Amino acid sequence: MRVGVYICHCGINIAKTVDINRVVEAISGMGGVKVCRDYQYMCSDPGQELIKKDINKYELNTVVVAACSPRMHLTTFQSTLKSAKLNPYMIEMANIREQCSWVHEDKEEATKKAIAMVRSAVSKASLLEPLVENEVPVTRAALVIGGGITGIQSALDIANAGYKVYLVEREPSIGGHMAQFDKTFPTLDCAACILTPKMVDVAQHPNIELLTYSDVEDISGFIGNFKATVRKKPRYVNADSCVSCGDCAEACRLAGRVPNAFDMGLAKRSAIYVPFPQAVPLTYTVDPDACLLLTRGKCGKSPKCVDVCTANAIDFTQEAETVELEVGTIVVATGYDEFDPTLKPELHLRENPNVFTGLQFERFFAPNGPTGGELVVNGAVPKRIVFASCTGSRDKRVGNPYCSRVCCMYIAKQAHLVKERVPDAQITVFYCDVRAFGKGYEEFYERVQKEGVQYRRGLVSEIYEENGVTHVRAEDSLLGIPLDIEADLVVLGTGMIPKPDAKALAQKLHISNSSDGFFLEAHPKLRPIDTVTDGIFVAGTAQGPKDIPDSVAQAGAAAAHSIDILAKGKITIEPYNAVVNPDLCGGCRICEALCPFDAHHYDEKKGIMAINDTLCKGCGVCGAGCPAGAISLNHFRDSQILAQIGAVLHD
Amino acid sequence: MTESAFEPKIVGFLCNWCSYAGADLAGTSRIKYSPNVRVIRVMCSGRVDPLFVLKAFEEGADGVLIAGCHPGDCHYQSGNYKTQRRIHVMKRMLEQYGINPDRLRLEWVSAAESTRFAHVVDDMTKTIRALGPSPLGGGDRHE
Repeated sequence: MRVGVYICHCGINIAKTVDINRVVEAISGMGGVKVCRDYQYMCSDPGQELIKKDINKYELNTVVVAACSPRMHLTTFQSTLKSAKLNPYMIEMANIREQCSWVHEDKEEATKKAIAMVRSAVSKASLLEPLVENEVPVTRAALVIGGGITGIQSALDIANAGYKVYLVEREPSIGGHMAQFDKTFPTLDCAACILTPKMVDVAQHPNIELLTYSDVEDISGFIGNFKATVRKKPRYVNADSCVSCGDCAEACRLAGRVPNAFDMGLAKRSAIYVPFPQAVPLTYTVDPDACLLLTRGKCGKSPKCVDVCTANAIDFTQEAETVELEVGTIVVATGYDEFDPTLKPELHLRENPNVFTGLQFERFFAPNGPTGGELVVNGAVPKRIVFASCTGSRDKRVGNPYCSRVCCMYIAKQAHLVKERVPDAQITVFYCDVRAFGKGYEEFYERVQKEGVQYRRGLVSEIYEENGVTHVRAEDSLLGIPLDIEADLVVLGTGMIPKPDAKALAQKLHISNSSDGFFLEAHPKLRPIDTVTDGIFVAGTAQGPKDIPDSVAQAGAAAAHSIDILAKGKITIEPYNAVVNPDLCGGCRICEALCPFDAHHYDEKKGIMAINDTLCKGCGVCGAGCPAGAISLNHFRDSQILAQIGAVLHD
Repeated sequence: MTESAFEPKIVGFLCNWCSYAGADLAGTSRIKYSPNVRVIRVMCSGRVDPLFVLKAFEEGADGVLIAGCHPGDCHYQSGNYKTQRRIHVMKRMLEQYGINPDRLRLEWVSAAESTRFAHVVDDMTKTIRALGPSPLGGGDRHE
């Protein structure tokens, strides 16, 4: 083997902690190493050029790059090899940045470790074999999970490019949280005016198949070839017959008695309902947790909804239906939940009728809200209003150290909307830091201050009631004085939390969650939409708290990444496959039981195992379990790993 | 060489998807930890053949760390469960060879658990340092 070794300084990122000269010196003497060089930025054009020239000049047949993580730049250097007509799998990277120079301070120790890591890479590289990528066809359809603004935008973008989209939404209607908002900051666009036309577009789009009131049960397969099992919950209303007249809801025995989740529990509805008048689809749904017939088996002599429905749309015999979808890519846009402030009992959200969450308060401004857009709370127009920022965000006591990124701005917006309706209202915002980071945000914050909204630095420590009057305790940390002010209304600046089943969905998709519980992107800067599973993308607040413009931008990015795969029509799969050596295989079939992908099949005729290259994902579990040592994993062969073990242990 | 100056050599097998990514995140977050673990990347912790563990001890490792995705999080669905099953057998095997089974450690480290990875490395280094060099001749004693 003729090995070329390239040690990157990464500016000073590596060179500061690792003595590059010593590494070059130690490696140059290794058997098989024809050339060993160092360079400032190996990934740059001149750096790659250096490698290419050497491949030709020294007739190298394998390359080691000691630089950053292979998860960062392996594909970069694989392209370098390709352009020099070398098989792109004839490379091994030594991760001397993320796993050495960045995590150690002692230069001597870091240098010793770096040498061991490069030795390990060289010893593996000397045993590499050229590999050929598998090409498989792509199912030209996408699955979008979640029908909020992010999912809607992503679905429309993919569908407009000409590909089939299945949009799965758990609730009876698409629209998500944005449908609950009245205005959007900082431009005060009416949320419904910009959202509802898109909802209609989704419903009418010939390429979009909308599956509302449905859950994703299972996902299998791989990029280009996913299979999704989706469970359509029974609405007990035939969508084709329902004309959305609403007679059923009016007739319902529980009319006006079931808390309406869309109004954050501030208003009541019937047990048969549409979440809001602009819902898509505008099909009524029977609430299985409220309906008398479904919960108690009896609703008077016969259910009133059935009696009044002239379209005969109501069908209590309806059952859940499971559909199998075949898709090439998946966009995860499952959104967020509002933080539950009852976890902070000192705020007395439940006990005090004058305390509301941010999303609850939002509903008071909405024309389709509980008060028809009038600011009337508990029968009166509030004059003294206090906002409490950072409720459930930047708060380690409730396990949420992160900033929710939208609360400062929706508080400013809501304060403005109050001023519009009640010009003489006294508004106090208790804040920690005002984070007005987006385009036009700082300007809006300034405008709201000029409108007379008083910002006081300090967080609310307690909300209590005395003689029927609500008091807010806080500290003005700029003046250094404790405050106790009376309020007619207290609005909590509630933050965002991950969906409670984000973890379960991550497991179904084989993607990861970050420590905050939101979905983890493949790289925080360069691959913010990708997940660790190829072909699955994450967008919007499912990935982390963000505002509408950022969510929409990510939705478009996720769509573009999907379209990229769907347009090609085929994809290459890394050839890290398991391979059976027919001379060693005894046909014991232990590997068959170990494989999670059913890639192993027993060849009755030959009495040995065969592995399906497309089904094999290259985990290597079978190789580790084979008693005959007959299975090897491409690029991670026993001989290669054993050589690495020897190399890392001998300085 | 004095006991206190004994620096254990630990071979770490990290799965590509969770633990290796977690170790990378420790790097990008500049979290410092002891340099005693030498990492070998495998696609899945389930790839770790018991042979690799024995080979590492034979070659003079003072400890072997295997790190994979948390149960239920495996990129390959169930590879980590298979690793866990093998670990029990391997530990018994090591004992029969006269190697303290505490020298072999299995940990679950997710792609987000950078501080946990650093903690695992530091903690394991401390444990092995207390156990002393491997009876098969590990540590920096050769130098």
